[in-house]
Amino acid sequence: MSILVDQHTRVICQGFTGKQGTFHSEQALKYGTQLVGGVTPGRGGQTHLNLPVFDTVRQAVEATGASATMIYVPAPFAADAILEAADAGITVIACITEGIPVLDMLQVKTTLTQNYPKTHLIGPNCPGIITPGACKIGIMPGPIHLPGKIGIVSRSGTLTYEAVKQTTQNGLGQSTCIGIGGDPIQGMNFVDCLALFQADPGTEGIVMVGEIGGTAEEEAAAYIQTQVTKPVVAYIAGLTAPHGKRMGHAGAIIAGGKGTALGKLQALQQAGVTIARSPTDIGKCIKIRLTPNG
Amino acid sequence: MNIHEYQAKKIFADYGIPIPLGLPAFTVAEAVQRAESLSNSAPWMIKAQLHSGGRGKAGGVQKVHSLQDLSNVAQKLLGSRLVTHQTGAQGQWVSGLLIEVPTAIDKEFYLSFLIDRSQQRIVIIASIAGGMDIEQVAAQSPDKIIQRTIDPIVGIQEYQCREIAFALQLNTDQRRQLSGILKALYRLFLENDLNLLEINPLVTTQSGQLLALDAKLTIDDNALYRHSELQSLYDATQQDEKEHNARQFDLNYIALDGNIACMVNGAGLAMATMDVIKLHGGEPANFLDVGGNTTADRVTEAFKIILSDPKVTAILINIFGGIVRCDLIAAGVIQAVKETATQLPVVVRLEGTNVEQGKNLLKESGLTLIPADNLDEAAQKAVQLSRH
Repeated sequence: MSILVDQHTRVICQGFTGKQGTFHSEQALKYGTQLVGGVTPGRGGQTHLNLPVFDTVRQAVEATGASATMIYVPAPFAADAILEAADAGITVIACITEGIPVLDMLQVKTTLTQNYPKTHLIGPNCPGIITPGACKIGIMPGPIHLPGKIGIVSRSGTLTYEAVKQTTQNGLGQSTCIGIGGDPIQGMNFVDCLALFQADPGTEGIVMVGEIGGTAEEEAAAYIQTQVTKPVVAYIAGLTAPHGKRMGHAGAIIAGGKGTALGKLQALQQAGVTIARSPTDIGKCIKIRLTPNG
Repeated sequence: MNIHEYQAKKIFADYGIPIPLGLPAFTVAEAVQRAESLSNSAPWMIKAQLHSGGRGKAGGVQKVHSLQDLSNVAQKLLGSRLVTHQTGAQGQWVSGLLIEVPTAIDKEFYLSFLIDRSQQRIVIIASIAGGMDIEQVAAQSPDKIIQRTIDPIVGIQEYQCREIAFALQLNTDQRRQLSGILKALYRLFLENDLNLLEINPLVTTQSGQLLALDAKLTIDDNALYRHSELQSLYDATQQDEKEHNARQFDLNYIALDGNIACMVNGAGLAMATMDVIKLHGGEPANFLDVGGNTTADRVTEAFKIILSDPKVTAILINIFGGIVRCDLIAAGVIQAVKETATQLPVVVRLEGTNVEQGKNLLKESGLTLIPADNLDEAAQKAVQLSRH
């Protein structure tokens, strides 16, 4: 079992014929993803990687029945690509592109919330989503994954891979892994993913990888406290980071004393979450939590 | 990207936001000339231009009562490094001066616009306790702070302006002024792709006028491509030299105080790498994220930047390839070690996409690189080697 995507999910790629789109489409196909075509405006009717290229997402959806997309278009055009996918009826949008202006994302987020409440946006600036052995939509290295029972949700791309590798090595495997990205305005957040993992019978434990800054971890802790019964392990990156270069006074005040590493750890611990002190302990911690009487 | 107060105030003026009469100056002679053209009699305000707060207490903002005074203060500030509570001990370079006509202040307020991550909206924060450290106000008397969220569909609303104005205890005329200012600032925020806009203090003058006495703008780096006019406001002298070089190569580098240089892909993994170095008793010399779309050349540049820090006694490279291919990183590391002929120990941990090709390249290079199989081992080795 898994969340959002599985072996039947039909996927397209936006920015299909570009360098990144091509490389990661090849990787997705190699992994066994049902990639059924791609979109590059102006190149409709052509064939790329033995798959049809379409001018618009709507044409691609009509022709292939795709319900998921991975977006590799350059940052200036990525917000448009997300909205195009949502309007064409795509329900899982993984936007890999980094460097999208934050005000573009503010518009996208508002429109998605208002007009497409059933659309799941993952990212931007994220590794994407993978259900091991079934469907890889994104830039994560396929071979480190193992079909299994841990749901992984992470703000950081490469740290997700650390958690994946450890749960593969200890044999637990992963149900689905989602990298939600670290941009200020983003699609799915921790709470959205936790809710889906809690509801998924194939997920027995959850690993959450956070970072200092913002209040996403505190909000996750509050949600876990009341809504999540499955064991959760968290790692927060940046515990020892010195006070970073501040963007000004206003950054911290809005959080009302939240956002510090210590605050995040306390909130999560109070919610019954096991804290991995080092990223190399994540696998060990979730293994212990899943062991009866452990 | 941060810009200077005088640049921000120029943008304020373009949007009709009231600011004190003032002109920038970059030499002592220019400062005197500017002062004379602003007003034919003393006093004047002289404000050091640098990208850091806390200037006032550090002597970077002074009222001068004669042209001789002005000349002396300008002489002292221009080209010096000002140490404030935000700059660290080495201080920050004073790029220029802003000469202004002093304002007869009645009351001081705090005002900012920023993007709130948890609401995913732009919020306005205002406080009746202006001119102070706003974090302190938030901690000690949160009731003095008012915060309003802007719905992007309808934009800033008149009632929100009123609510803020009443919270600041403004009179009828000032409430009308504030409403105009808030609406103009919102437009300015959107049209210039800002991440942060801060006025501390916003004041009422003794004649009842609202005036932005300070101006701090942070522009979204990701949106600079569509603002050629703002790109030219970038001031390289305000950044650490290594950070400036890193920026030229799209590398995310922050200088720290330790002796173990790190090169990592991904900001989260870079922070985690620092955490693990500390867990093993070491101190990281920097934060460096080489990013997703890296090339061998950028790896080489990154390597040169971390090596240019004389404190460094060991180097730790930690790459978990997703978008980044390990073979490419390995090629970059080999090129960099050869080019720089460094004698420092280099611990390399590779994992992920094309990891076997990467490890083979390192092995076949004939260089004495120290391999590690996981982050713990890599950090342990780097910490040990950094002590020799």
